[in-house]
Amino acid sequence: MTETAMISLTRDLIDYHALTEQVRRPQCGAVVTFLGTVRDLTDGKVTAALDYEAYPGMAEKKLAEIERETRERWPVGDIALVHRLGHLEVSEISVAVAVSCPHRHQAFDACRYAIDRLKELVPIWKKENWADGTTEWVHPTT
Amino acid sequence: MKVRLFARARDLAGADTIDVDLPAGATVGDLRRLLGRRYPALAGLLQHSALAVNDDFADDALTLPVNAEVALLPPVSGG
Repeated sequence: MTETAMISLTRDLIDYHALTEQVRRPQCGAVVTFLGTVRDLTDGKVTAALDYEAYPGMAEKKLAEIERETRERWPVGDIALVHRLGHLEVSEISVAVAVSCPHRHQAFDACRYAIDRLKELVPIWKKENWADGTTEWVHPTT
Repeated sequence: MKVRLFARARDLAGADTIDVDLPAGATVGDLRRLLGRRYPALAGLLQHSALAVNDDFADDALTLPVNAEVALLPPVSGG
């Protein structure tokens, strides 16, 4: 099994089983792993695939900041934040967040916080490849 | 100074990096206005975009440091 960097961007498939194993700790009775996957339908339009790109240096820096923030707020045993880049088909995994904590409510809250912050501030963008052949960058303005 | 562009901003400007000349002491806001003037197609997206200086989100009031790495970041959509 190849060890995946726990805070990273990757163009390879995300080995979420390995990441989940990497955060397990004897003092942690709870591990929560969130997977973001490519959805086939958005506002009634059919997605064929997504392309993800990042501003790499800054994205890695922001992922590390989110790790730090999460550790400051919850008794995190360990945490993994991995985002995939490149061309992803429907159902493929774009992001994985795995967190271990002593108790489950901490692990759920910490994992939720980390993925919410990632979506808010990490410079990564997705481009919809609609089934009708058109493409569209996703830039939420709300 | 070079400005990196991403996602739709790159498509609208037709370049992934652009060169801009700004006087010493210019701010992030000055750069934002210059980009809007030079690339009218970017003007709408610029209002919703962030500018990053040396890998951090930068306020419009920030004075651009010498040799800063600058990037125009449209609203992010990772996850």
